[in-house]
Amino acid sequence: MFLYFLRRLAATIPVMLIVAVLVFLMLRLTPGDPAAIIAGDNANAEQVALIRTRLGLDQPIIVQFFIWMGNLLRGDFGESFFFKKTVAELILGRLEPTIALALCTILIAVTVAVPLGVLAAYKQGTWIDRLVMGFSVMGFSVPVFVIGYALIYLFAIKLNWVPVQGYQPLSQGFGGFLQRLILPSVTLSVIYIALIARMTRASVIEVLGEDYIRTARAKGQVESKILFRHALKNAAVPIVTVIGLGVALLIGGVVVTESVFTIPGLGRLTVDAVLARDYPTIQAVILLFSLVYVLINLAVDLVYTLFDPRIRY
Amino acid sequence: MNMRWKMTAAAAALAVGTTLGAAGAQAQTTLRVVMHSDLKIVDPIWTTAYISRNHGYMIYDTLFSMDEKGEIKPQMVEKYDVAEDKLTYTFTLRDGLLWHDGKPVTAEDCIASIKRWGAKDAMGQKVMTFVDAITAQDPKTFTIKLKSPTGLLIFALGKPSSNVPFMMPKRVAETDPNTQISDFTGSGPFVFKQDEWKPGDKAVYVKFDKYKPRAEPASGLAGGKVVKVDRVEWLAVSDHQQAMNALLAGEIDYIEQPPHDLLPLFKADPNVRLIDYNPLGNQYSFRPNHLHKPFDNPKARQALWYAFNQKDFLDAVIGNPEYYKVCKALFVCGTALASDKGMEGVLESNFQKARELLKEANYDGTPIVLMHSTDLQVLTNLAPVAKSLMERAGFKVDMQSMDWQTLVARRAKKDPPNQGGWHAFLTNWVATDVLNPIMTSYLNAGCDKALFGWPCDAEIERLRDQFARETDPAKQKEIAEAIQVRNLEVTTHIHLGQWYQPVATRKTIAGVLIAPVPVFWNIEKGR
Repeated sequence: MFLYFLRRLAATIPVMLIVAVLVFLMLRLTPGDPAAIIAGDNANAEQVALIRTRLGLDQPIIVQFFIWMGNLLRGDFGESFFFKKTVAELILGRLEPTIALALCTILIAVTVAVPLGVLAAYKQGTWIDRLVMGFSVMGFSVPVFVIGYALIYLFAIKLNWVPVQGYQPLSQGFGGFLQRLILPSVTLSVIYIALIARMTRASVIEVLGEDYIRTARAKGQVESKILFRHALKNAAVPIVTVIGLGVALLIGGVVVTESVFTIPGLGRLTVDAVLARDYPTIQAVILLFSLVYVLINLAVDLVYTLFDPRIRY
Repeated sequence: MNMRWKMTAAAAALAVGTTLGAAGAQAQTTLRVVMHSDLKIVDPIWTTAYISRNHGYMIYDTLFSMDEKGEIKPQMVEKYDVAEDKLTYTFTLRDGLLWHDGKPVTAEDCIASIKRWGAKDAMGQKVMTFVDAITAQDPKTFTIKLKSPTGLLIFALGKPSSNVPFMMPKRVAETDPNTQISDFTGSGPFVFKQDEWKPGDKAVYVKFDKYKPRAEPASGLAGGKVVKVDRVEWLAVSDHQQAMNALLAGEIDYIEQPPHDLLPLFKADPNVRLIDYNPLGNQYSFRPNHLHKPFDNPKARQALWYAFNQKDFLDAVIGNPEYYKVCKALFVCGTALASDKGMEGVLESNFQKARELLKEANYDGTPIVLMHSTDLQVLTNLAPVAKSLMERAGFKVDMQSMDWQTLVARRAKKDPPNQGGWHAFLTNWVATDVLNPIMTSYLNAGCDKALFGWPCDAEIERLRDQFARETDPAKQKEIAEAIQVRNLEVTTHIHLGQWYQPVATRKTIAGVLIAPVPVFWNIEKGR
């Protein structure tokens, strides 16, 4: 198991290398010129060229790449073209809101979706099942920003329970932190509730047809124990896979949700950096997201062993 | 039981602490505002971005400033003298001017600042061609000696918009103009809290207690800059709908640029008011590329003057006539240089005349590559209107949609339009950037030295130079009119009307100044 973990960890290095090359090339091939953006509307070609030289963008792409890679290997992500800050500083400043939003979203999604999915499976074919599945379809279909605006209108503007926008760091108090995090998390969790509930329902239905469930019932086991101890545990592998994928998908959702709720996280940093063609920042953020994606996949593979003792690495 | 009691007591203590903390925070007046953009670049000389200019007004001061009537008044300068030959200007700084680090502002600081600005700003560069020497006489006095007279110097030192000649400490102003500064010490009414600046979240300014305002009342950007709040926070809210929700909910106090389609919602709320703080507003522009067919032919460019009318553009973007003005004056209606001279018959969508001119230009049906910016609301609807009007005049138009930053990069390319270049695009100028022929950078017709579009006309350049040398305002106006008329022949750009952008504030906010730039001194926040 430990060797497997090390092997998988080592495998992330070529993956990250490929991502780095692709991100670098794609950015250089994308239309846009950070120097022209920085110079502004009144700048002539000469002024733009001077800024380009300052940023090192006049160098051949291959030279730029090796300079960047060299710095990266020394742990230096470089300095943002725009913000007078290092990229590492920018990312560190944005980590907390994004991690908080992602964790809170997954927590809500799993807490709501798994019982709903189990319930729908248990009551298969009834109105409860149809209600849960109807909610799932709606969750998939309605865009995140529409859900966000609807919840803001109801809970922030009409009922005045929570603030409209913004983020309060945990260090400034748990109450304010939670108050500002709850609406974006609920908004973002809707699609994951739908996804996880559907997968849970399908897996549990399959397991409920197994012989050992019939045996448990024949032995007089109570239904709740059958559902949660026997059925859910055996149906867990595909559910965990979906949750893992969901965490990866969260990256996309976080971008929209952070914009709608004005949360200064990595999602908004990505959007701002892309719009400004801030190459060092975009490269670093995408590398970070890729690393998170790879590590989550690894974590999911390792978690399988907890639910299914037959799986050995 | 004992444990439960302890937890209850701890919770109560926490609640009391929180309440006391909140009460303490309330003693400070904080103005929470949403500007038109997030603050990214903090050097207002390095870039012309308006958000950086606004940041500059917070933390820096200027030698001269424009007042509410558009006149240039001394600001950091106590007095100035002009020699009889109009070649030597002597400036004396006010007493008590301090940098945020407590050191006094000196003439040497101002000289270094003028030089850095003069190396970067288009108008500054023009002024510096007249300057022979800038010399410090004593710590409070310096002179600018000119090679030949110009009427531009004082106006340039008090120009309200990018790049504004902000005064910086000598050690900062000696930074290469093409390198961004990293020391944000100013002498303006607010201090930039660099430690609290989180790009993409907020920029924070606190009152500079040692700032010595002028004695005169505030007027425009001039007069006494009296700060009446303790702290100003610029919050980065990129979503207009959310900014509106936050203002209506009282979470913020001020939105600099609420979109025009949301204004009725603000008007309907009894706690919000709209203030048209900038009576000169903004001006739309159409910029043709003179390098490529058919716009290398003046007749084809002239056809555009007859194809377009301003109202269609303004209706499509602004909509409500309360917030726009059809204005044929190139140098903005309501200013000293405003004139309709030569503008009879143009900008009235006379398609027949436009077709005749196109025929004279031997237009062969080459599709016009019109760049369409899709992500800035104040620009998005302009290109479709231009396309429609041009097609009615006989042009074939290939409208290509892209985000503004892609457009900015592409417009710098001189390649043929079918190989990644372009024929035309539309943009917007704050009116205070186009008040005279020198400030209006699109009027630069210096061929390769001109901005993208590269117009090339010796007569316009001769007239601009004449304008710069003229010191008599009446004669300056005559020259400006001649440039306006000449531009109908050359078509460096076509101005497509003025529009206005009110700010939206809570009614608890008072003292918003009528000025060409949003500023935060003089503003009070009630409870």
